[in-house]
Amino acid sequence: MAEDKKNQQLAPVAIAGAPIGLGSANPKQGQRMTGAQAVVASLEAEGVDLIFGYPGGHAIHIYDALYDSKIIRHVLSRHEQGAVHEADGYARATGKVGTVLVTSGPGATNTVTGIATAYMDSIPLVVITGQVPLSMIGTDSFQESDIFGITIPIVKHSYLVKSANDIARTLREAYHIAKTGRPGPVLVDIPSDVARQHTVFEYEDSVNIASYKPTYRGNARQIKAAAALISQSKRPVLFVGGGAITSGASQLVSALSHKLRIPTVTSLMGLGSVPADDPLNLGLVGMHGSQYANMTLNRSDLILACGARFSDRVTGKISSFAPEAKLVHIDIDPAEIDKVRLADIPIVGNLSYVLESLLAQFENGVEAPDTQEWLADVAQWRDRYPMYHESLDEDTECIIPEKAMLKLSGMLDQESSIVVTEVGQHQMWAAQFIERSKPRTFITSGGLGTMGFGLPASIGAAFGCPEKTVVCVAGDGSLQMNAQEMATATINQIPVKVIVVDNSALGMVHQWQKLFLQERYSATELHDIPDFVKLAQAYSWTAERISKPEEVAGAFERMLSSEGPYLVDMRIPRDQSVFPIVAPGRALTEAVGAIDLGERVERNVDNESDAEEGRC
Amino acid sequence: MKHVLSVLVENKSGVLSRVVALIARRGFNIDSLSVGPTEDPSRSRITIIVDAEKVAYDQITKQLNKLVCVYKIQDLTNDAYLERELVLFKVNAPAEKRSEVIEIANLFRASVVDVGATSLTIEATGSEGKLEGMEELLQVYGIKEITRTGKIAISRNSKDA
Ligand SMILES: Cc1ncc(C[n+]2csc(CCOP(=O)(O)OP(=O)(O)O)c2C)c(N)n1
Repeated sequence: MAEDKKNQQLAPVAIAGAPIGLGSANPKQGQRMTGAQAVVASLEAEGVDLIFGYPGGHAIHIYDALYDSKIIRHVLSRHEQGAVHEADGYARATGKVGTVLVTSGPGATNTVTGIATAYMDSIPLVVITGQVPLSMIGTDSFQESDIFGITIPIVKHSYLVKSANDIARTLREAYHIAKTGRPGPVLVDIPSDVARQHTVFEYEDSVNIASYKPTYRGNARQIKAAAALISQSKRPVLFVGGGAITSGASQLVSALSHKLRIPTVTSLMGLGSVPADDPLNLGLVGMHGSQYANMTLNRSDLILACGARFSDRVTGKISSFAPEAKLVHIDIDPAEIDKVRLADIPIVGNLSYVLESLLAQFENGVEAPDTQEWLADVAQWRDRYPMYHESLDEDTECIIPEKAMLKLSGMLDQESSIVVTEVGQHQMWAAQFIERSKPRTFITSGGLGTMGFGLPASIGAAFGCPEKTVVCVAGDGSLQMNAQEMATATINQIPVKVIVVDNSALGMVHQWQKLFLQERYSATELHDIPDFVKLAQAYSWTAERISKPEEVAGAFERMLSSEGPYLVDMRIPRDQSVFPIVAPGRALTEAVGAIDLGERVERNVDNESDAEEGRC
Repeated sequence: MKHVLSVLVENKSGVLSRVVALIARRGFNIDSLSVGPTEDPSRSRITIIVDAEKVAYDQITKQLNKLVCVYKIQDLTNDAYLERELVLFKVNAPAEKRSEVIEIANLFRASVVDVGATSLTIEATGSEGKLEGMEELLQVYGIKEITRTGKIAISRNSKDA
């Protein structure tokens, strides 16, 4: 059908729920086999060729069946949390569903943080957990955990499979649900006796779930009304979130922005959806967004939100957020509409479809708004409040993280590199200063802010995109949360590059203590343990340590040109802060630490001088 | 404002946990919740009564609608609908008071379902107003125990499924 073809072109992943593999045409169709074999056959039919996992007693039969698969590669992580983040990084980098297989009890509970991370950022995963036999469920048997119950609030959907006959249909539904509509993680719990039952394998192509029918096409009348509202606006802004990446709407966002001369701002999850060097793109908004992007969003008279959910990290104090703005809110999830900010015109649908129709309105006679004056204002703010100014740190002998990130940015090709981050100050510096211009090239735990996400996610991304250079910007705290995954990289020859922005502290919390809690540094000093160079070397990585500004370029060069996994332990002073910062609960207009060239080249904050310990 | 929601869900284990967990997690307060099978054995109906302002109410229904196990949500509040609840009262009723208590039960078309040496158990169904009225009258004798099913509701409009 012509219509279907169009769907596929626009948003292949978000809309097409069908298997990317052979589906019902798979060679095992109609064969008699065990439940465990049906699990493997289902994954093969679905088109899964890579899964991440960790075995155990109640997953052993599925693992046994996997041993025979010529299609599926299994990556043994070193911790189940690592496996989930790896599958998550793979999904974020490729747009495909990530698959995880673990055992019951502790294996299953170890996946919880990974599932919650994926849920918060709408990442499609299928997590298969072994379970104790059906007859033993509820008896506190060895390695039993109610993973179905535990994960109810953090999955898009979940199943407890009670018969081997249900395995194929359940997995088909799981993949369909994970990747359609607003994507998310789906859990499939399979008791070990079900894995041993026999069944005839029948995989279907289509799924019909009466209670699950996402809306893809936006309401035509609403789209018309939105066009009229945009046309009349004087200070419009496009606020772009992660939905633009999920929906594959990047080009349409840019097209709309250029056609109507409307500036764009992006949430952390939206980074990469619009080219960083697009003159109309102001980049990151929110707690650590630039002063000019925040001013633009906050003073706008019309926000066109594209797959963004108005997180508190974006809006600051909601009652004073963009007080004069009307809101056109486009999202595939109806529950996002009016959740945080009331929409004047809600449009529920796939962003690509909606933007296409919206563009058509302006191509067919609706007048573009006159934004000349507005853009002049925006340009002025941009000049006056730059994100960084070299002269601030001219005579320091220490490595300045902002400069290092700018350096790295210049060394990375937009097409052939992916930047992944851990969580903390380094994450924000990476978001602020590493330019990203392609969707799926900036990968970070936005909603949950999970320390320990970055290293495994970068390994997963590298598995998914072997032709790309994957650089993980890490903190010395975060890296220790899943450092064991260095083994996974080494053994599988995954050449991820890790830069540890090493401040011997839980820097982001330390910064809050410095700014908001009278420098009472409770439990945020990490000391210099471990020696990250030795740690990496213990995993057969190449590693080096740098602490002087002049060493940065050389180290990054060696790192990027190396064949295998590489770690740079980059020592920075402990008292560096991420600026600007909007204190939690404060209005977006109350940012601290923004540079104002209109006065002096200085940050509007008064505690930069009290450097402690002075070590680089 | 009070809303009566009739939620048609999959009749499967775990579905009620999902609905309850969602309501609890999003911080909504429910007045009453009851669940039972429907004419279609693969579906159950959950009747939820919530007291919520518009924005919160919209969120509840949208979030519930997002659950894959939810087929349909009807807000019966503004439609013509029937609402019923079943209550069991165990009332103090020494021999000399027994006939008085039975009389009250009869008055409300309730029935006596168990008789003890000093108490009677009465089963009553009806609207909230009727059951409250009855409880008030029985209070005089001393109510030892009350169990209620929670409300169930159905629309009077025949074209709605
Ligand atoms: C699993 C987890 N625990 C705690 C936190 C709270 N937290 C947020 S940032 C941060 C410090 C991170 O330290 P590090 O990785 O060294 O990065 P830095 O901020 O120093 O760059 C902490 C503890 C978190 N986000 N995740």
